[in-house]
Parts: sequence; structure tokens; C-alpha cells
Amino acid sequence: MRYSTGLAEARHYASRHVPRWTSVVSGFSRTGALIAATLAIGTMTLMAQGSAVTYTRILNAAAEPQNWLTYNGTYNSQRYSTLAQVTPANVTRLEPKWVLQNQVFGAWQSNPIVVDGVMYLTERPNDVMAVDAKTGRMFWLYRWTPSPDSRVCCGANNRGVAILGDTLFMGTLDGHLIAIDAKNGKPLWNVTVADVKLAYSITLAPLIIKDKVVVGVGGGEFGIRGFIAAFDPKTGKEAWRFNAVPGPGEKGHESWQGDAWKSGGGSVWVTGSYDPALNLTYWGIGNPGPDWNPFQRPGDNLYTDSVVALDADTGELKWHFQFTPNDGYDYDSVQIPVLADLTWKGTPTKVLMWANRNGYFYVLDRATGKFLLGEPFVKVNWSSGLDANGRPIQTRQPAGIATYPGNQGGTNWYPPSFSPRTGLFYFSAWENYGTIYHPEDATYQPGRNFSGGGFTVATPVPGAPSIGIGRRGPINNWTDEVGNGAVMAMDPHTGKPKWKVTQFDVTDGGMLTTASDLLFTGGREGYFHALDARTGALLWKTNLGGQIVMAPVTFQVEGQQYVSVIAGSSMFTFGLRDN
Amino acid sequence: MSHLRVRLLTLAACAVVALAATRASAQVADHQYTSADIEAGSRLYANQCALCHGPNGDGINGIDLRRGVFRRSVSDDDLARVISTGIAAAGMPSFRFQPVELTAVLAFIRAGFDPSGTAVKVGTPGRGQALFAGKGACASCHRVNGAGPRTAPDLSDIGAIRTPSTLQRSLVNPTSAMLPINKPVRAVTKSGTTIRGRRLNEDTYTVQLIDDQERLVSLIKADLREYEVGKTSPMPPATAVLSSGEIADVLAYLLTLKGGL
Repeated sequence: MRYSTGLAEARHYASRHVPRWTSVVSGFSRTGALIAATLAIGTMTLMAQGSAVTYTRILNAAAEPQNWLTYNGTYNSQRYSTLAQVTPANVTRLEPKWVLQNQVFGAWQSNPIVVDGVMYLTERPNDVMAVDAKTGRMFWLYRWTPSPDSRVCCGANNRGVAILGDTLFMGTLDGHLIAIDAKNGKPLWNVTVADVKLAYSITLAPLIIKDKVVVGVGGGEFGIRGFIAAFDPKTGKEAWRFNAVPGPGEKGHESWQGDAWKSGGGSVWVTGSYDPALNLTYWGIGNPGPDWNPFQRPGDNLYTDSVVALDADTGELKWHFQFTPNDGYDYDSVQIPVLADLTWKGTPTKVLMWANRNGYFYVLDRATGKFLLGEPFVKVNWSSGLDANGRPIQTRQPAGIATYPGNQGGTNWYPPSFSPRTGLFYFSAWENYGTIYHPEDATYQPGRNFSGGGFTVATPVPGAPSIGIGRRGPINNWTDEVGNGAVMAMDPHTGKPKWKVTQFDVTDGGMLTTASDLLFTGGREGYFHALDARTGALLWKTNLGGQIVMAPVTFQVEGQQYVSVIAGSSMFTFGLRDN
Repeated sequence: MSHLRVRLLTLAACAVVALAATRASAQVADHQYTSADIEAGSRLYANQCALCHGPNGDGINGIDLRRGVFRRSVSDDDLARVISTGIAAAGMPSFRFQPVELTAVLAFIRAGFDPSGTAVKVGTPGRGQALFAGKGACASCHRVNGAGPRTAPDLSDIGAIRTPSTLQRSLVNPTSAMLPINKPVRAVTKSGTTIRGRRLNEDTYTVQLIDDQERLVSLIKADLREYEVGKTSPMPPATAVLSSGEIADVLAYLLTLKGGL
């Protein structure tokens, strides 16, 4: 989990925005739908006119690189773009084209999508904006005010929307799924996915698969029982549901004892991937609850800390792979499943690559879930290694001794990238970062924190400043002695980084690669970098002055390639200078 | 079953770590209370004090014994006097502890109610202030409330941001307690100029420091021929010039520095 409270913020918004939704069009805030709709017509005629985003377009998203149609860009989640106007030779000519200032405060983890010149992105807690991708000017703003009962461990985050046809879909902090008209920002339907009073939330961007909207629920620090569910995009009617913590009679239930499954966690807070040929959708499952007391829930605690492969039509589990059985360290496996077709030891193989929060990099056969490779990429001492099936040999540290990687993991939710040109898998890692765990028995109370103790970050000197869940201010007084960041370029065939570039502070920066072999990423220090994807050489950097906690995206409008990245409370969009 | 066993093992491991910590701290025993004191104090506290002050020491308004928040007391002597004579007006009775018992209760309070923690002795602030400026020569590098050099960290609010035990560690073994950010840095520019100072901030590409001329300097690492972060504190251990009692006095003075300007 990510740790700290976002509740106060959620409440702040709740008291600020009445009624529960408002649309702001052309600067006029109106609660009267008629007036707002009338104003919207004028705006719509000026919008770039593209055809509706069909499933076929999403399926072939790689063929229209001018757009960024889904959270991860394409169903294989490679976050690789064939746009190549910006190259290693001209990248130093990047300049800011526009800046969008956040209307609210708090770390901004949203990932925009871009459709035919219009960018759709969210900000805290559940605002959706439609923005001209060329100028940054706003077409409309939709605000949903989550219930004051909303509880999230780590900030009122929302990571973005999905689109199908002319409809956007957003999950909310209070567990709703809302369909919104992409042309005018008006809600079309609004369904309750999970009970906010039990601290369920939705922070991820939904994934469209065929005729379904797929979401998962957060709340892994509050004793939820996680699930992934699919909905009819026209009505919001639930089509299928997969329980991330199986109940009696469901396969995997035997990995729990007594009633522990009822509050077993298994949150789903990062968007999954999809293989249309296999018709399997892959999702990472979060930590078991209570987070830090594994003794209270003996057994493997399936399907927490696992990747699950589900039939996209029915939600039926085809296979699973558990990275961290009976996790006592909060090693959510919510990383993005990255799909690629590799020649594995001479045989063409459909693989899934995964740098896990638990400090190991994995390659799995995504048709069967078979373990192909697993290697640590940072210092690991909770496990002495993996067996032939990829199961860790656990080596719990004595009380008071630091566990590596620490609570925030060797990596976390921020998006990785795979370039088919370089064959390398890029991700942000936290090195030399450990935490000391203090497990305690936890009693489940509906909607209340259920973390089972706590942790402290290992520091070289008692009482020294330590790394936070987010960046703790502009002065790095914890230093690299508590942990440092690295961009790793992993060779999936060996499980060893081909190169890595270290950073003084840790980093939550996501990755973007392009066909010109550029790698764009950033970090907590606020630098936005362009690296040579083959060598890691720094080609260009700029100081954006706020932490970068998301991946950049790229798109093209009227012949100009843009790269957008969020830093601090602003989104910066770069393009090449004209000369 | 297996749950219980693992918990017991965890507890056992805890005890081992606590013992190890005790042994290590025994080397500076003169400045601090023994683990036996703390342990005895925890029993006395539970029997004699907890009824009013509460199990966490915060049962009386304005007082948090565990965190060292008192109404008037600063030094250990102050606390001992209050315990022995009571405060009739506030309803606190006098306690007729034996000297070893009194020591034990103080130890438990100074250890922050942590039976496996360390508890330091806190002397008299007035004497400490004189030692700070005089025999201890602390003021030759440290600044307090606008007076003194800026080469070492300003201590105006040190009593508010450090616990007694970490302060004592800084006094007795400065290198072992030096915060990473405060480490001395040495840089040589490409043109051959050497810059020395105390680090204020650093990132991947730059470092900010205050140099030995008290200038704020920002360096771009790519422009440097050498860049080195020192491992040892420039501060000599207080034990070189001060007795144990004097160290306790300086500590008491530092604890009175709460900032607030």
C-alpha cells in the first residue's frame, strides 16, 4: 500500500462541492443542466472531430500513434510509441508548448488519454477534464464529489479514464463507476460498484475490453475483499465479477484459514492488460490484510500478490501466479502486466514481464502462467531465492532488523515500458531501501484501518529523516543513504539489467519509449529526462520543479509530436522548437 | 498454533536485540541509566504512578512523561524533587522512594517508557549553557538564537527536534549520530578551486552547501573534477573535554532550546 491519509482531502472536497456533480463549460459553472448543455453545443463545434473510439480502434491502437487511447497506450501495455519525430539528435530542441495547472492539490498520479486532438485527464478527487491537446485550453470540466465516507490510505488519487464510443468511464473514490459524455462532460449513468462504508474505492483507470468496462477496487488497508468486475458500457449493469479473495467453494479458498478471507484484502488499483488472441486479461492483485501481520492469516492467501489471467468474456480464472505467498511486507503486485512476444530459448513465446514490488523481476508464459525466469533486481533479504516454480523461499528477518526491499518495494505501481526495438524492459527501482516491520494483531472493524502494526524506514542514524510515501518537501535531508532511485533497463532473457542510471532520490517515475529509441522518464527530484534507450546516456533534461509520479505519454496533433508529463501540480507538454 | 509459535520466536528475537542494545550502550553508562534501572522503573511506575499519569504518561493535562513534556521540570533533579516532595496544590502526593527506586523511575521516564530503550541523564541547564560557551567550546562552531558561526548546524530549536538520547549520542560520538545531510563535502571545480562546506541539499545533478566562509554555494556536479562526501563529523567528541556530569548539563541546556522565534 501507499501510506498516509487522503481522507481529509476527500472531506474537504465534499464540503466544497455541492451538488454532487457539476459541469463547467466555457468558464460558466452551472448546476442547471439545460443552460450548461446549451453552452456546450457551441464548444463542441470547435472540437477536433474524430470518429468514435470503437473497440477495433483500441485493439489496433498501435496503428494510430497520434493518439493514446488507453491507460497503458495499447493492450500489451508496452508504453512504446512508433512516433519518431523527436529523436536523439533533436531532443535538445524540446520546449514547453503548454502547461496545465492542477485546480486542486496533492500528488497528481493521473494518466491522460488522447483522442484525435482532445486530451482527457482526471485530477483529485474525481474531476475529469477535456483539454485541447495542442493548446492546453479546456473544453469542459466535470466534477464528481465523492461521499464524505470515502477512505483511501494514500491520497485522493484517480489515475484516469477509459473511452469507448463517445463515452468516458471513471471510477470514483467512493466506489462508483460513472459514464460521462466525452463531448460535453455530462454523466450518462452512475452505478455503485462497492460499498464506500466498507472503505472500498476505485482509483485506477478502467479498461475497455470489447463490450465491457473492467475495473478493480482499492481498500487493501481497510480489510476489504477485493475484486475485479466488468460492466455493460451502455447501462452500467455488471456482467461478471472475479473475487480476488476466493470465498467458500471457490478455487483458492483453501489458502485461507477460518474467516481471514472475509477481510483478506486483495485490492486492485492499477489497470491490467489484455491479449486478444488468447482472450485473456491480466491483472495484478494487491496485498493481503492485515498488511503487516502475516501470522494472523496463515496460508498462501490467494490471490493476493498475484497476477491473475481471466477470460475476458466471463471473468473466469484461467491461471494465476503468486509472487509473494503469505506476504508480511505489503508487496502489492499491482504493477502493470507487460506483454511481449519473445523468442525464449529458441522458441517463440508469448510472455508477460513483471518487475515486482517484492524486488524480483519475473518472466512468465502468459498462455499458461508457467514461470520462466525470476531474478532479484535490488537487495532482497525477505527471501533467499525462488524455487523451480518461482515460489520464494522466505527468510523472515528477526524483529528490529530491516527487511529489503522496504515497504514501498523495489518498484511499485508506476508504469514500466518495453521497447520491441531494444528488447529491454524499463522501470524505476528503489535501491538500498529497507524497513523494519512491527506486526501487531489487528481486529477487523468495517471501514476502519486494518494494517496490523506498522513499519519504520531504516536510517543510518537513529531519528534521521527518512523517505516518505511521497516526497517530503524540496530539501532532500534523508539522502541516498536511506535509499536511491534507478532507471533499470532489464534484459528479460537474463534477468540482469543491461544498464541502469541511478538517481540521488528515489523515484516514482513511469516510463515511455519511442521508435526513435528515446526513453522519457522523471523522478521525485522534478527532473524530466530523455535517455538513449539503448545505452542509458542522458540526452536531455529539464527541471520541472515538482515530483514526477507518473509516466509520460506521447501523441501527435497536426504534424507535431508532443510529450506530456505531470510534475508536482502541473502537466507540462513539450514539442520541438520550430527552427 | 504455528501462529503462536512464530509470535514467541519474534518475542525471543526482540529480547536478543534488546540485550545487544543494552550491551552496546553499557559503554557510555556514565551518561545514561542502565537497562536494569529502566526495567525496575517500569514496575514502580505501573504500581505507583500510572493510576494518575496513565499507562502512557499523558493522563494529566499538560504533561506527557513519555515524551518528556513537563510543566516546570527540566533536569533529572527537578523531577526527583517533584516526585519526592509532591505538588500539593496540584494534588500530586509525595513519594518516599529509596534513592535506587527514584533513579529507576527517572530512568523509565527518560527511556520514553520503552523497557528496551536507553535513558540519558539530564543535568542542569544553567551550568550547561556556561559549558556550551566556555569549556565545551560548542559556540565556536554552533549558532544559537542569532549568535555564533553558521558552519555547524544552528541549534536554536535542537531541543524541539531531537530526543535526549539522540542528542547525547551526538555529544559523545558525533560521527555515529551525524545526520547524513549534514556531512561535510569537499568539491574541486574543473578550474581547480577547492570548496569545503556542510551539505544543505543534494540531487542527482547538483549539490547545495554552506561553505567555510558561510557562503551559500550551489554546484553542478558535471562541472566538478572531484566531489566527496566526508564520513566523519568535524565535531570532536564532548568526552574529550567534558566530564559525564558536564555532558548531562550541556544536554539539559540543549533541551531548553525550543526555537519559537
